[in-house]
Amino acid sequence: MKFKADLHIHSVLSPCGDLEMSPSAIIKEAKSKGLNIIGISDHNSTRNALVTKKIAEKNNIFVLCGAEVTTKEEVHCLCFMPDENSLLEFQKFLDSKYVFFQNDPNKFGYQLVVDEDENIIDEVDTLLINAIDYSIEDLQKKVYELNGIFIPAHVDRPRFSLSSQLVFIPDNLKYDALELSKYAEQTGFLQNFPWFSPNRFIMSSDAHFIPDIGSVYTELEMKSLSFEGVRLALQNLKIR
Amino acid sequence: MLLKDIIEKLELKVLNLANQDIDVKDAYASDLLSDVMGKAKTGQIWVTLQTHKNVSAICSLKDLAAVIIIGNGKPDDDMLEHAKLEDVCVLSTAESCFDICGKLYGLIKSEV
Repeated sequence: MKFKADLHIHSVLSPCGDLEMSPSAIIKEAKSKGLNIIGISDHNSTRNALVTKKIAEKNNIFVLCGAEVTTKEEVHCLCFMPDENSLLEFQKFLDSKYVFFQNDPNKFGYQLVVDEDENIIDEVDTLLINAIDYSIEDLQKKVYELNGIFIPAHVDRPRFSLSSQLVFIPDNLKYDALELSKYAEQTGFLQNFPWFSPNRFIMSSDAHFIPDIGSVYTELEMKSLSFEGVRLALQNLKIR
Repeated sequence: MLLKDIIEKLELKVLNLANQDIDVKDAYASDLLSDVMGKAKTGQIWVTLQTHKNVSAICSLKDLAAVIIIGNGKPDDDMLEHAKLEDVCVLSTAESCFDICGKLYGLIKSEV
């Protein structure tokens, strides 16, 4: 069976995420766009992922819980965890690697942790878009130690990507797939960076605003919706 | 100016030694590796805060005279291994990018 997956969505926890991006609003939009799988990937924090998963379960949408982590090289990477325990463990790890910088909501935006009913239950102090003090290879090892899924984000973008920050894919870096942004075709990324091929690519929206959810997506071939199913489907993506 | 004279005058720490007798006429400062890949020119010194192995790979591909890592940054172990293998000169300084670039400019551009 084919499932529609948009694995890169920001919530109100990301300072740059629109204040309309509450977990319930995200799920409502994902449903209306016919998505089956979404990834909650706020900058450097997982703290709105579980609540989104809870709401999604009632709506028959499968949520990958994780974060879009900024490594010390300033490469954005999608990191997803298989269960609640590993997610908490991963959050603890992130907490220990922040380089503290007080967020100013007027400049960068609010960083809100919310509950199912859109009540604000916490506001994160440290600016989440900063790099953590950890290299991309070490981050990948940490994610795999926790049995997670690791996907370098929007590798075609001229900012915060594997191609902009490091030019080459480090030869010892492992990953489940590489993510392309919706601009990859028009900028001719794979023609300009031919060494990124052959590889397995997903495409996701990197939505910061409600209408962007599902604007691009990846079709994953799976028997049923599960974390292991997603991992396997990523491994079986057509190589291009 | 010869690289060895630059190293001495700016009191740079040598983390990996390669050919020090190159005549250096220019430098490039950037922390975006893709930018360096596109714009740096053969024989330049590269000033950056990045410490990833790919820094060394780009030095070798672009045939740069040396890389100076600023702010007391420590190259990753595999970056130094790569630099040794490929004869890339890796230097470091405690100074900021602005300060070291200013001094470097004074040294090599005053010669031209």
